Amino acid sequence: MITPFQVAYKNLHRKRMRSFLTLIGISLSAWVLVSLLGFNHGYETSLNKDIDNMGFQMMIMAKGCPYEAATMMLKGGTGLKYMKESIINEVTKEPEVEKTTPIFMAAVFDPNKGESGGVAAYFGVEPKTFNEMKPFLKFRQGGWFKDENAYEAVMGYEAAELEQREVGDMILMPDKNVEFKVVGILARTGTQDDGTIFVPIKTAQKIFGKPDEITTLGIKVKKDVDATRFEEKLYQLPDVQVVSLAQVKDTIMKLVSTAKVMVLSIALIAILIAMVGVINTILTSVWERFQEIGILKTIGAMPWDIFKLIWIETLILCTTGGVLGILLALGLSRVTDLVIRHVLPYAPSGGLVLIDTKLILITLVTILSIGLLGGLYPAWKAGRIRPLEAIRGEVGR
Amino acid sequence: MSQNEISIETKNLRKLYVRGSEEIPAVKDVSLQIYKGDFISIIGPSGSGKTTLINLLGCLDNPTSGEISLGGRPIFNNSKRLSERELTKIRRETFGYIFQNFYLIPTLTVIENVTLPLTFYRKAGTENEGIKLLELLGMEHRKDHLPGQISGGEMQRVAIARAMVNRPEILMADEPTGNLDTKRSAEIIQVLEELNRTVGLTIIMVTHNQELARRADRMFEMKDGQIWELEVLKSRTQAETVS
Repeated sequence: MITPFQVAYKNLHRKRMRSFLTLIGISLSAWVLVSLLGFNHGYETSLNKDIDNMGFQMMIMAKGCPYEAATMMLKGGTGLKYMKESIINEVTKEPEVEKTTPIFMAAVFDPNKGESGGVAAYFGVEPKTFNEMKPFLKFRQGGWFKDENAYEAVMGYEAAELEQREVGDMILMPDKNVEFKVVGILARTGTQDDGTIFVPIKTAQKIFGKPDEITTLGIKVKKDVDATRFEEKLYQLPDVQVVSLAQVKDTIMKLVSTAKVMVLSIALIAILIAMVGVINTILTSVWERFQEIGILKTIGAMPWDIFKLIWIETLILCTTGGVLGILLALGLSRVTDLVIRHVLPYAPSGGLVLIDTKLILITLVTILSIGLLGGLYPAWKAGRIRPLEAIRGEVGR
Repeated sequence: MSQNEISIETKNLRKLYVRGSEEIPAVKDVSLQIYKGDFISIIGPSGSGKTTLINLLGCLDNPTSGEISLGGRPIFNNSKRLSERELTKIRRETFGYIFQNFYLIPTLTVIENVTLPLTFYRKAGTENEGIKLLELLGMEHRKDHLPGQISGGEMQRVAIARAMVNRPEILMADEPTGNLDTKRSAEIIQVLEELNRTVGLTIIMVTHNQELARRADRMFEMKDGQIWELEVLKSRTQAETVS
């Protein structure tokens, strides 16, 4: 005996192209939905990872635009402001401070970077304090430079890959025409460190003509310190701004959330359009089978039986489309990642699109709920077909 | 099977169709008795009301007035109209239907079409009825074919098997040979005769074909909504008709 599911399934094979196109519509909307939800989840996770990887919770910078300061720290940037090195002592003596590390950032134009040149970021760091702040950094080759005045460099994993450098090679700092000897290459971290070239802080200060200045002071506070109160205390220092990384995260998330709302709205519209497609397909198929449905009623089908048959068709379309869309999203998450990265002004270094079981379930339930809701009307219409009208061929009454 | 047991009885059955301000009587005061095991044929020109009558008798439609009872149980009377749900319940319990256009589901195989009614409602002991009927109708070898792969005569045999799968008491056949050539038509009538004779199935058949109509036990004619019995063709019936 054939089951209602088999009857519904076989019916979808009747007009294969139509069923296929409807399926594509649902798949695409499921793809968009799951990718966006995955982005929502992934962006925050990666941003957290980036911030945690800095090793410090707070930093002090010369006064300027806080957004610029935040992205500069995370991504590197131009138009840098500098502050006096003496600030290191002032901050380090505070009882709340556990560790500090000064960073001297500089950006130079590299005509060989990309198609039309680009900005290359150099981080002047103090190997001892920087390493203490980031003990999780591992080396693929070599190690930190020993001398603060040496012309030596440590390259991030991707920076070394890009320039095809090994320990012992020389690299040229464009614009300044200074050569550095590569002494270490970091293992992959999945953060912005991968693309950075680290040089001794004193050397960097000398090359850029700012011997007593630094860009940033990274601060790790002691456990149980009230970060907000300490932040207020730091603001008493002249001409500096304090950026807590929790704040940075909040600010970036706020900026991104506007974009997310827009994109999610577009995804919802895409889903609604797909659902209108489902209603149209099922309704057309009901009208085409008007007589057939009437005959089903003469052979014993109750309105609920017909309703169920039509609803199962919707269910099959939505489940298959939803699953296909999710597979598509999983398969193309890397591409989605690249596209989003290209569009966003700032993107953290880790995976931007994270699709987990929970997201998959949420997407499936959403697609199914909207689909089944869409299937209600055609199913109800079909359930109301009277056999006599169907036999007489009075379609659509 | 008792020769005197009434299967369907109607009294002053009327069906009016309203078109604008005009009332068109399709069936006029039809009173008739059909006994269990009868094979009835109804002939008449197009528009004479024979399909309307068979639809009323087969509980596919409510009459405007008059009475219908099935096996002595009143189904319709002047004050009682049945909902679509109630009509369906009576239909699946009592009737099987075959039509001129067969109405098989094109995506289902022969055996799936035949057993489809069991998906919605199944009388006890009908589990293997589908395959038995296909054997009986000589269609077993076609059970896995789709309707598009078999001939018109075979399609009507499949439709008959589908109508019979839930062991109905009465088979309603509306122009069952209308789309078949003479040879296939004769074969279908033979199938109906056999079912009538072997399982005592009551058959009510509407047809244009006088020659085929004469193969029934009793033959009626309809004209302008009225019916009268033309001939008692075989000795088994004691029916009375009044028009």
